[in-house]
This record gives sequence, structure tokens and C-alpha cells, in this order.
Amino acid sequence: MTALLNHGPLMAIILDGENLRYPSTYGLPSYLLLSAVLFAIGFFGVLLRKNTLVIYMCLELMLLASTLALVAFSRFNGTLDGSVFVFFILTIAAAEVAVGLAIIVALFRRRHTIQVEELNHLKH
Amino acid sequence: MADTLFITFAVLTVASALLVVVNRNAVNAALGLLISLIGLAGLFVLLDAPLLAFVLLLVYAGAVVALFLFIIMLLDTTPGAQKPYKKMTVAASLLGAGLLITGIVSLTERAVLPHAPATIAVPTLKNYAEQLFTTYLLPVQVVGFMLLIAMLGVIVLSKKFNQTEGAK
Repeated sequence: MTALLNHGPLMAIILDGENLRYPSTYGLPSYLLLSAVLFAIGFFGVLLRKNTLVIYMCLELMLLASTLALVAFSRFNGTLDGSVFVFFILTIAAAEVAVGLAIIVALFRRRHTIQVEELNHLKH
Repeated sequence: MADTLFITFAVLTVASALLVVVNRNAVNAALGLLISLIGLAGLFVLLDAPLLAFVLLLVYAGAVVALFLFIIMLLDTTPGAQKPYKKMTVAASLLGAGLLITGIVSLTERAVLPHAPATIAVPTLKNYAEQLFTTYLLPVQVVGFMLLIAMLGVIVLSKKFNQTEGAK
């Protein structure tokens, strides 16, 4: 059993799930860097894309990046608070997607487009 | 082993996130988001949170991406002749993203991070439930109420337009 546990985290979780022992050279800074890169990609997408649906997907990417940072902080501090907060973020994101997509569908019914450059009726 | 997995999942997540941003077709972007989510779930497993990885796949891959794909099919947004981006927009977006990364990296480089425990017990559903129903009882209620309001909002949003169309 212990020989099997040394195979890696996935195998260990499936088999045991109590105390994991695997050395990893990637600590909190690596995860934070990854989270920052993901957030920046999402931000870049929100600024650059014209399709409202794709902008929404990029917003989701930014939310996911913050989720990763929270889970990493929670893991490396040895507390559970960050992970619990992720539950709330997931709930809010689900509600946000439902309402946002309803707005997009309503907008499409009115204007027959979802390109942001053509949705400029409030400007004039 | 854990290092290899981290590199694999990190590359998978970032590459497919880039695919979401640069792809012209909205369906391909949604599928890129799906792959990015799978990579992120793998990272969650590496961070000793397998339950969160499961919930992430369930909520996002199961519901959110499916909803996105459904709306894309419903709206039929074929990418027409798209105006080329202004050079200024691209430059400003790249600058903004670069500044964000630089800011966060310099913050994490200089921050005094707490000494991390090498191993922790994997939190189980019982641990989460204890937290959710004691410390975070009020937020749970508020979030539930918010879900109710969101549901009502979606109903109102889709009903109002039906009434105006019927009145014509």
C-alpha cells in the first residue's frame, strides 16, 4: 500500500486521502504567478474582444484565476477559509452567468446583434 | 511527479485560456474555456482540494459552459467581416495586461509569505460542512437568497420582452 502511495498525488487521493506526502518544488509563488497570468489573459480578452459572449467567457477566466489564488493561499496557510470562499465565488459566478446570458438574449432580440461596437445607442 | 503534473496542468490552462482570447469562433472559445477548466481542476487536486476540483467541474464544465454553448447556438453569431483592431487598442490592452502581471509578480516577490506546511490533511466534505454551517452560516443564507433573486431576475428579463412584443 505504501509503495502505491508513492506514485503521486492523484493515486494517493484515490487510495488513501488522509496524509499526502509528496515533495513539490512549486510553492505559493508559482501558483500566484500562474493565477496572475490567467487573470491578465482574461483582462486582455475583455479589453480586446468585440463579441459580448466571448467577453463574458474572459470575465469567467478572471474569476477562475482569483479562485486559484484563493485555493493556493488556503493550502499554503493550512487553513480552510479560502477554500470555503471558493464555494461562494462559484455560486455567484453561476448566478452571474444566468443573469448575464438572459440580458444578452434580450439584447439580441431587440437589436439583432451582440457586437459591442454596434451597441452604442447610449452614446448618441 | 507532482512537478511534472504542475507543469502539465499550468501549460494546459494558460494555453487554452489564450485560445479563448485569440479564437475568432465563439464555439471554439467556449471549448477552450472547457479545457482551461479541466487544467484548473487538476491544479486544485495538486493543491489538496479534490472536492473543490469536483465542484468546479460540476458547476462550470457541467452548467456554465453548456449554457454558453446553448446561447451561442441559439443566437447564431456567425463572425462576419470584423473590423480590424486599432493599433492603439491592442497596445493599450497588452500594456494593461503586462502591468497587471508585473504588479502581482513584484508583490509576491517582495511579500513575506508564511512558512508553508509540507503536508496537510486533505479537507473532506465534513470539514467544509462544519465551516459552512457554523462560521459562514449567514453568508450561506445570503447567497441562497441571492440565487433566488437571480432566478426571479432571469424570469422578469425574459418575460418583459414577450409582453412588449405581444402588445404591438
